[in-house]
Amino acid sequence: MAFRAAVVTFPGSNCDRDMACALELVSGTAPIRVWHGDADLPDNLDFIALPGGFSYGDYLRSGAMAANSPIMRSIVVAAERGVPVLGVCNGFQVLTESGLLPGALMRNASQNFICRTVPLKVENTQSLFTGGYDAGAVIDIPVAHHDGNYFADEATLDRLEGDGRVAFRYQAPVNGSRRDIAGILNASGNVLGMMPHPERAVEDAHGGTDGRRLFESVIGELVGA
Amino acid sequence: MKVRILVRLKPGVLDPQGRAVHHSLDGLGFEGVEDVRIGRMIELDVADGTSDESLNSMCEKLLANMVIEDYTIEKLETAGAA
Repeated sequence: MAFRAAVVTFPGSNCDRDMACALELVSGTAPIRVWHGDADLPDNLDFIALPGGFSYGDYLRSGAMAANSPIMRSIVVAAERGVPVLGVCNGFQVLTESGLLPGALMRNASQNFICRTVPLKVENTQSLFTGGYDAGAVIDIPVAHHDGNYFADEATLDRLEGDGRVAFRYQAPVNGSRRDIAGILNASGNVLGMMPHPERAVEDAHGGTDGRRLFESVIGELVGA
Repeated sequence: MKVRILVRLKPGVLDPQGRAVHHSLDGLGFEGVEDVRIGRMIELDVADGTSDESLNSMCEKLLANMVIEDYTIEKLETAGAA
């Protein structure tokens, strides 16, 4: 069965093509490209990806305008129905702004744009997205962001930790994130938001392929089962 | 009616921009600056009689991120009253 994925493009997205390439490379099927102004998603999607970039020029707050775009209303409904959704970088910001994930992504504590490859611990290796990683795995994935400083109140952080919803954690402080959180899951486990870019680590030419297993995990779970 | 909305980081939320500006003020030799917090001001021109409920809803749904920010609403004089 072909893997039926959609990659959303907002005005200002700039990692949508990388995301589409990574999904096609791993699944063998090119994803459907969806525009922010579309009101409806294609039917029977297996997977939705929100890519990195600077949607709407980061006006107001990163992800704030995109979270209120027509396509996001359909994505919120799909996510609540259980369709897997991955948001990377600006996609993570859109997911928090839309309320699909808790917390917020603030300006990096250093004030600087940070662009380098960082080690991440895969904290939860049981999820739809991370089931292919070995327990305790540390992977190298690039980050490239200005607003990646994850914030949530202590009660929310405790709940995320207690429920195994911290998917990825920086191995050393990167951007000021509370508890060095790099990626989190929603309560149902079908929505993952992460600042690092797994789609930039899927081919040897990228300098590393540690992100590939994330796509293999989710595609294998959905299609291979 | 003109409405001025101030959006500020909640107390306790670290403000890296404010801290950097504080540092610069220190560097310029200004003494006695205890703290600097940076927020955002948004001016709206809305129909007279726009309800507080509607204004609050605008703030909570879009203009502020209630996870990290608080807002205050100040109604300014209407143009006709001047």
